[in-house]
Amino acid sequence: MKDTAPANPPIIEAQGLNLTFQTADGPVHALKDVDLTISKGDFVSFIGPSGCGKTTFLRCIAALERPTGGTLSVNGMTADEARKRRAYGYVFQAAGLYPWRTIAGNVKLPLEIMGFTKAEQDTRVRKVLELVELSGFGGKFPWQLSGGMQQRASIARALAFDADILLMDEPFGALDEIVRDRLNEELLKLWARTEKTIAFVTHSIPEAVYLSTKIVVMSPRPGRITDVIDSPLPRERPLDIRDSKDFIDTAHRVREGLRAGHVDD
Amino acid sequence: MTRTLPVLAVLGVITVLWYAASIWMNATWVFDQAGRAGVTVTWAEVVPQTMAQDRPLLPPPHQVASELWKGVAGQNVTSKRSLVYHGFVTFRGTMLGFALGIALGVALAISIVRYRVMELSVMPWAIISQTIPIVALAPMILTLSNQIGIDNREVPKAIIAAYLSFFPVLVSMIKGLRAPDHMQLDLLKTYGASEGQTFAKLRLPASMPYFFASLKVAVAAALIGTIVGELPTGAIEGLGARMLIGSQFGEPLIMWTALFAAAILAGGLILLVGLIERLANARMGAQT
Repeated sequence: MKDTAPANPPIIEAQGLNLTFQTADGPVHALKDVDLTISKGDFVSFIGPSGCGKTTFLRCIAALERPTGGTLSVNGMTADEARKRRAYGYVFQAAGLYPWRTIAGNVKLPLEIMGFTKAEQDTRVRKVLELVELSGFGGKFPWQLSGGMQQRASIARALAFDADILLMDEPFGALDEIVRDRLNEELLKLWARTEKTIAFVTHSIPEAVYLSTKIVVMSPRPGRITDVIDSPLPRERPLDIRDSKDFIDTAHRVREGLRAGHVDD
Repeated sequence: MTRTLPVLAVLGVITVLWYAASIWMNATWVFDQAGRAGVTVTWAEVVPQTMAQDRPLLPPPHQVASELWKGVAGQNVTSKRSLVYHGFVTFRGTMLGFALGIALGVALAISIVRYRVMELSVMPWAIISQTIPIVALAPMILTLSNQIGIDNREVPKAIIAAYLSFFPVLVSMIKGLRAPDHMQLDLLKTYGASEGQTFAKLRLPASMPYFFASLKVAVAAALIGTIVGELPTGAIEGLGARMLIGSQFGEPLIMWTALFAAAILAGGLILLVGLIERLANARMGAQT
């Protein structure tokens, strides 16, 4: 299933995407006329206040929500087909590891469901645990690991079946600043090594600017895109890049975009 | 030490209260006897006589203990007087009914969680079934199974035990199978997991703590059901039959001994379920 096309073909395309939830208090416009193209190898962050539809959009890509209007293609298929072809790995805000499985057992879960052979399962588990620097923790149960390690294990679980796309919904939102910084750095290394396309939902401006090649600023009621920023930062990003002028300018533009969204309220 | 002291204290209080009650209740007989013989007795004479009657209203602890010992160790285990024999009959019936109850409870819970219509159509009947007193139902089950030609007494006994024990399993398993939250279900959806896989990999393991909690209630219920099933229609074996014989022939010692044998059996069954739970917990990585 590896794409052989030249560099950076579009992998996720949304056009005029709308999603309205029918609730007891009347319809809620969660997404309004969203147009967005994500190219292969991009690291795209979605940032905005709660209710701006960033998570909803990610769930649409994952076919966990069904848009009520517009078109959305993932890997050239409908989102639902892409889900069935296991086109993406999804990382939730909570690690959500099964307490009755070891770390290795948890990473193995998608592989068991997808019918990999026993030998293949073991090889892949070893490989991805190494990738997230959890080698040697495979036999531990989740409660024996810190929150940050649990979230790394959940990333390993999403990487285990080697999907081209990684969808991450505020994966580090529940972790403290120091752990979050470390995991951000590791995530960038992982992205460089695996050449995945990553869509990443966050609340944090520094996190979005530090990680992304493309930052999508969204605003609520109705949920919509107010700005799309192509990052001027190089792909190679040491932690101290956060003191550079480019970084500060980009963060400033994100902040402006968020503020503009609020004025519209 | 800090934990055994309260246990021993409670045990001591119960024993003292029991002796006091024995003296008080059995004294009536002593006074009656003395009255008939035309003599007066002092309390110092009464108390020893309340401790060793053949047919005491309330046998004191040491009499029950010695009867229990005689019933367990003093007989050939195949003898009709052996409590081991009767206890085993009751144990066998309990296990059969317990297994049947678990199977029924789990099967119903699975179908109710899977098909919403089952919840509306079957669940009310399951609840109603538990409001009917089992002592009213047990003779009917026995007579019915006799009528349709089931000679084996084990079958109606097991049905009565299952009737009582399926309910706690059903209620807990419905809750347990529904325990996984949206996020966990979404995760499996992203893997394109089938319904069967979702059940086997997520719902079933997530329900295990609920399952084991319900087993402790269910095993006790199965024992009660079995004993009730042994009471009517002149059953000749099992602890329930012993209790009936004791009451019919005015032998309180037999009754009380059978009662305590049943209590000891219940304690053993609870311990057994607890042991299985601990083994399962260890396998499923519970925090220690």
